Amino acid sequence: MAIKIEKKSKLKIGIPTASMPDIIFQLLIFFMVSTVLREYTGLKVELPEAVKVQKLATKRHVSTIWVDRFNNIVIDDVSVKKITDLRTIVYNKLVEDKQLIISLRIDKEADMGIVTDIHQELRKANALRINYSAIPAVR
Amino acid sequence: MVLRKKERDVEIPSASLADIAFLLLIFFLVATTIDVDKGLDLVLPPIGSEIEIAKKNITNLLINDAGEILLDNEVVPVEEVDDIIRDKLAENDKLIVSVKTARKTKYDIYIRVLDQLKKAGATRISIAEPEEA
Repeated sequence: MAIKIEKKSKLKIGIPTASMPDIIFQLLIFFMVSTVLREYTGLKVELPEAVKVQKLATKRHVSTIWVDRFNNIVIDDVSVKKITDLRTIVYNKLVEDKQLIISLRIDKEADMGIVTDIHQELRKANALRINYSAIPAVR
Repeated sequence: MVLRKKERDVEIPSASLADIAFLLLIFFLVATTIDVDKGLDLVLPPIGSEIEIAKKNITNLLINDAGEILLDNEVVPVEEVDDIIRDKLAENDKLIVSVKTARKTKYDIYIRVLDQLKKAGATRISIAEPEEA
C-alpha cells in the first residue's frame, strides 16, 4: 500500500515559470500607470468627520487647497498671501486641466468666513467642482 | 587570406530580466498610494447665475456663529436635519436647500449639516453668502 502512494507522488508537477517575467511586467505597467508621484506636504489640518463620503474619482485632476485654523491658505504647496491671488492660480490650473477638481482640506476649527471667500474665488475662476475632504465617520 | 572574424553570439543576457522587473515592480508598489482622498462632493454655481426660484421650492437653513441651526424658522439639532429634509423632499422633489452661514461659524458644523443633507438625499444644495457684519 505504502509503495503505491510513493509511486503516485513521484509524478513531476511543476508550475511553469517561463511566463513569470511577462506577468511581472504586466503588474509593473499597471503600477507605473496608476502611480501619481507628486505629493504635497500641505498644512497640518484636522479634518472634520462625515458619513456620506465619496471617493475622489481620480488623483490626477486634483488640486488641493489647505486651510488651517490660523487661516493660512496653501494651494499645491504654494502659499497664498492674498485671497484674491487664488483666482489667478486656480484659473491657470484650470486652463491646463479642464477636468480639474478642487479638493478642500480645511481644518474643522476654521471659520466659514474664509471658506466662503474661497468659494467666491473659485466661482470667479470658474472652478466649480469641489470636494470637502473629510474623515469617514465610524458609526 | 581572407581575414574573417569569427562570428560570435552577441546577446544581452536575459536571465536577470525578471529580477530587474521585480525590482522596478517593488519600487512602484512602494511609491503608489492606493488610498484616495474621501470627502463630500459639491458643485458650485457659476458666477452670475442668480435665478429666481419660487418661494415654495426653497428651504432656508441658517447656521449662526454659535453653531445653532435655524431650519424654516425653527431651531433644530444637527442630528434631526436629515429627517426633516427627507420629509420635505418627499413632499416636494424640486426642493432646494439654501445653506447660509455666518462668517464666524465653525467649518465643522457646516460639514456636519452638509453631511446630513447628503444623508437625506438632497441634491440641490445652494450655498448662500453670509451677510457682511
